[in-house]
Amino acid sequence: MNALTATDAGLVGCTRCGLVWHQDESHCGRCGAHLHVVNSHGLQAVWAWWIAGLVFYIPANLLPMLVTTTLGHAQKNTIVGGAIELWKHHNYGVALIVFGASIMIPIGKFIAVAYLAITVGNENRRGGAPHLHMLEVVEFIGRWSMIDVFVVAILSALVQLGFVASIHPGPAAASFALSVAFTMLSAQSFDPRLIWRGINREKR
Amino acid sequence: MTGPVFQQDQDLSGLIACPRCDVLHRAEELADGQRARCARCGTVLMWPREGAFLHVVAFSFTGMILMIGAIFFPFLEIAARGLSHKSSIFGVAMAFSDGFLAPLAFAVLTMIVALPIFRFAALIYTLWPLANGRPAYRHAATAFRLVQELQPWAMAEIFIIGTAVALVKIGGLATVSLGPAFWAFCVLIIVIALKNSFVSDWTIWKAIGQK
Repeated sequence: MNALTATDAGLVGCTRCGLVWHQDESHCGRCGAHLHVVNSHGLQAVWAWWIAGLVFYIPANLLPMLVTTTLGHAQKNTIVGGAIELWKHHNYGVALIVFGASIMIPIGKFIAVAYLAITVGNENRRGGAPHLHMLEVVEFIGRWSMIDVFVVAILSALVQLGFVASIHPGPAAASFALSVAFTMLSAQSFDPRLIWRGINREKR
Repeated sequence: MTGPVFQQDQDLSGLIACPRCDVLHRAEELADGQRARCARCGTVLMWPREGAFLHVVAFSFTGMILMIGAIFFPFLEIAARGLSHKSSIFGVAMAFSDGFLAPLAFAVLTMIVALPIFRFAALIYTLWPLANGRPAYRHAATAFRLVQELQPWAMAEIFIIGTAVALVKIGGLATVSLGPAFWAFCVLIIVIALKNSFVSDWTIWKAIGQK
């Protein structure tokens, strides 16, 4: 579809409230958001947050998330270990929630954001609706990964029964929280207008 | 295609650029409940919801009261072998307060308590004068922009699902009793969902823009 965009018309649209301004304006006169023309500089931010997220995702999976002490016996669980533990205790539904939120969603997000950022340059396809849809799914679902951090917080706050049982958070909690936050920022920095515009055509 | 050249002094107020794909549209008056979608990517551009400001204010007040209650009442309590331990919402965040995890305690408190409260307060500040037919207060645009920008970071509903997962994990280990703060939080996420169904960003921005 050959639609007239604000950029084609020499204007700039506010990505926050939708109003249209001349390109020499720097801020939206209604909502005050920073106005920026579509360009690929934003992709650098996408990749920077993406790499930061990936860097923190590695220790998040290798280090213990939970340290459970029952009757003097300490047991360290990683993220995957926690999900397997639930599965072994026949809590299949919850095991799947934990596995989905802490492993499938983060990995899916890394792949999806990287795919979106890489394909921006190759504007050979018709319409970007599936790509926009993918970005919206990533934006919507990405924050749910934080669920595991909250589970660790609740368990550690609650299970403090001295010698009988106590749970403490492991260092993976912090790196996992950072990883989730960085990938959220990565997805947020992706300008969906690039899906249609592409790097090569941005000057036109 | 070559677009028409817009003069420097031309009025642009009747135009909308799709925030997602940049296509220009000419805004028309819509009846209440109608939706206008972007012709290319299908993003909802206009969704008039006149007269809903007071609903949003009411739900925001309700949400704030529930959240304040949730902070001060007990959240969960466990008991096993004659021992018991209870925790408030504050205590949940403070689980991370040891050593280098301390910033995480602050982050958790921000995500589950501070940001939801801030968003309620900013919504009330923005919409209270508008609901009464008066012009928006100063900085209402900044307040509502923050409401939108901070939305992904307010995680009250994720927290309550996290609580459910934690309860299952504890299940075999000890008996858990749910405190008033737990129920307040459950009602809170319903209130948030109801409030969201009455918020039309487009209508609110339009009302803020009318000086």
